[in-house]
Amino acid sequence: MGLRIIRKTLWFFLLFLGITLISFWVIHLAPGSPTDMETTLNPLAGEAARQRLEALYGLNRPLYEQYLDWLIRLLHFDFGNSMSADSRPVLDKILERLPLTVGMNVFSLCLTLGIAIPVGILSACKQNSLLDRSVTVFVFLGFAMPSFWLALLLMLFLGIDLQWLPISGLTSMEYDQLDSWGKFCDIASHLTLPIMVYTIGGLAGMSRYMRACMLEVLRQDYILTARAKGLSPSFVICRHALRNALLPVITLLGLSVPGLIGGSVIIESIFALPGLGQLFYAAVMARDYTMIMGNLVLGAVLTLVGNLLADTCYGLADPRIRTAGERG
Amino acid sequence: MRLIQRLKVLVGHNTMLILGGSIVLLMSLAALLAPWIAPYPPNTEHLDHILEAPSVRFWLGTDRLGRDIFSRLLYGGRISLWVGFVAVGISISIGAALGLLSGYFRSWVDEVIMRLVDIMLCFPSFFLILAVISFLEPDLGNIMIVIGLTSWMGVTRLVRAETLSLREREFVAAARLAGSSTVRILVQHILPNALAPILITATLGVAGAILIESSLSFLGLGVQPPTPSWGNMLMEGKAAIEIAPWLSLYPGLAILITVLGYNLLGESLRDLLDPRLRQ
Repeated sequence: MGLRIIRKTLWFFLLFLGITLISFWVIHLAPGSPTDMETTLNPLAGEAARQRLEALYGLNRPLYEQYLDWLIRLLHFDFGNSMSADSRPVLDKILERLPLTVGMNVFSLCLTLGIAIPVGILSACKQNSLLDRSVTVFVFLGFAMPSFWLALLLMLFLGIDLQWLPISGLTSMEYDQLDSWGKFCDIASHLTLPIMVYTIGGLAGMSRYMRACMLEVLRQDYILTARAKGLSPSFVICRHALRNALLPVITLLGLSVPGLIGGSVIIESIFALPGLGQLFYAAVMARDYTMIMGNLVLGAVLTLVGNLLADTCYGLADPRIRTAGERG
Repeated sequence: MRLIQRLKVLVGHNTMLILGGSIVLLMSLAALLAPWIAPYPPNTEHLDHILEAPSVRFWLGTDRLGRDIFSRLLYGGRISLWVGFVAVGISISIGAALGLLSGYFRSWVDEVIMRLVDIMLCFPSFFLILAVISFLEPDLGNIMIVIGLTSWMGVTRLVRAETLSLREREFVAAARLAGSSTVRILVQHILPNALAPILITATLGVAGAILIESSLSFLGLGVQPPTPSWGNMLMEGKAAIEIAPWLSLYPGLAILITVLGYNLLGESLRDLLDPRLRQ
């Protein structure tokens, strides 16, 4: 087990290097530069000013030097300063945005699992029933539904027609006058729509996957044995089948992290939420290299950690893998 | 005639295949024939009919410049399908080539390619696409290339797996014995036998590419106005969501139906062509 984790960690470290190298290269090769806004697009700035600005950011040095420099500073968690006008440390800007995005994602992931697992089990156990068929229809619709359109529809019906929920921002105008309970309710009501969009978006894939895993397990011989012993169907499903069917879902969770991060750009920009996605969008529009790299690194780290966690949990949950790892 | 009969047997009562196939066919026809079907050119502004609700004259209403939504949807469909096909073409070409190499040569070639796949799969790819697109000019060509370059990993894995088993088969040994070059073995003997999974992934890939393109356009980084695309129509619709909800309704519906069509077609093809997955 220990060896397995060490080997995985080493491999993830290499992956991380690969990801940062590719990102750095792609971003710096692409045309346009963070100094464009102040120089090329500003008729008052001359060539000398541009060079001074580039020297300030170190953009005039060879790419590999810039990368190594960036990497070394990363070792002590220095992501550099943002190249935008406020030039605050990238890490600070990211950290103040992180809780909202991660919180929303984790919350909706729990909701998704809470709904998708029972639905998947039910539709697998009653394969081809009316329930199963309606779940399948829902799954196909869910796969084809663009998240931003779903967001618009929910805004339209729940926000504008019914006036139940606010459609943008994190807080209301009178937020400062509310007591702490009022503040909590205010934020919660603002986050309801975005979390609904996240949850519905993940539901289709997760319930379909759960159903497939469950069907696979139900076909196994040991389920037949358990039934033949005379155990009640619910006991067989909960104790024998479910535990095995849940294993692959753990992997899927790790794999879904990049999608969640990407999705947050769209959902946060629709609902005007001050999260990571919006920060990244703004950074991209301003060609803020350090900020973009910081976000990409964070995204990659979250993905890798997601994978590593999934892997470790998988090992913990499945004794077969544990022993295989010890032997190998 | 026998071909048609065999097709009938195959399709038979396969509702998914029929539904998916007809949606794809219908959407493709609508896009191809847009100049003949559309009641107005996509960018003609009817300034005395601004933000009109759907009516007999403007079937799906008009936008803030008085442009006919139905006509714009048809032309937007051309863009979506075009992006879908080209991006998938790119990702399939890269994926199939790398998969063939990886599965056929194994050893270090395999190791390098599969590690590259792992790295690419760890990218928050939408972040990367956004970053790259915003640096490049957001024109159609760049969008297709970037989507293609970030979505080939699945194909590589599939083709590799297929190649691994095909390379041990007798007809490959026979070809090698007959003195065929490696390229010839790969392209003429192995590739055709791996076409089924490629076709399935391609069909599903079109759906994915259409979704990405519309997300990019929705964020303003994809197809630029005034060229209509379903994504940027929704972006414009969002600005007027409180006064003209139909602007936010129909383009999304078009995306939903098209993507649904390709997904249904892909899934039913998988059931049909891949006996191992048949339940």
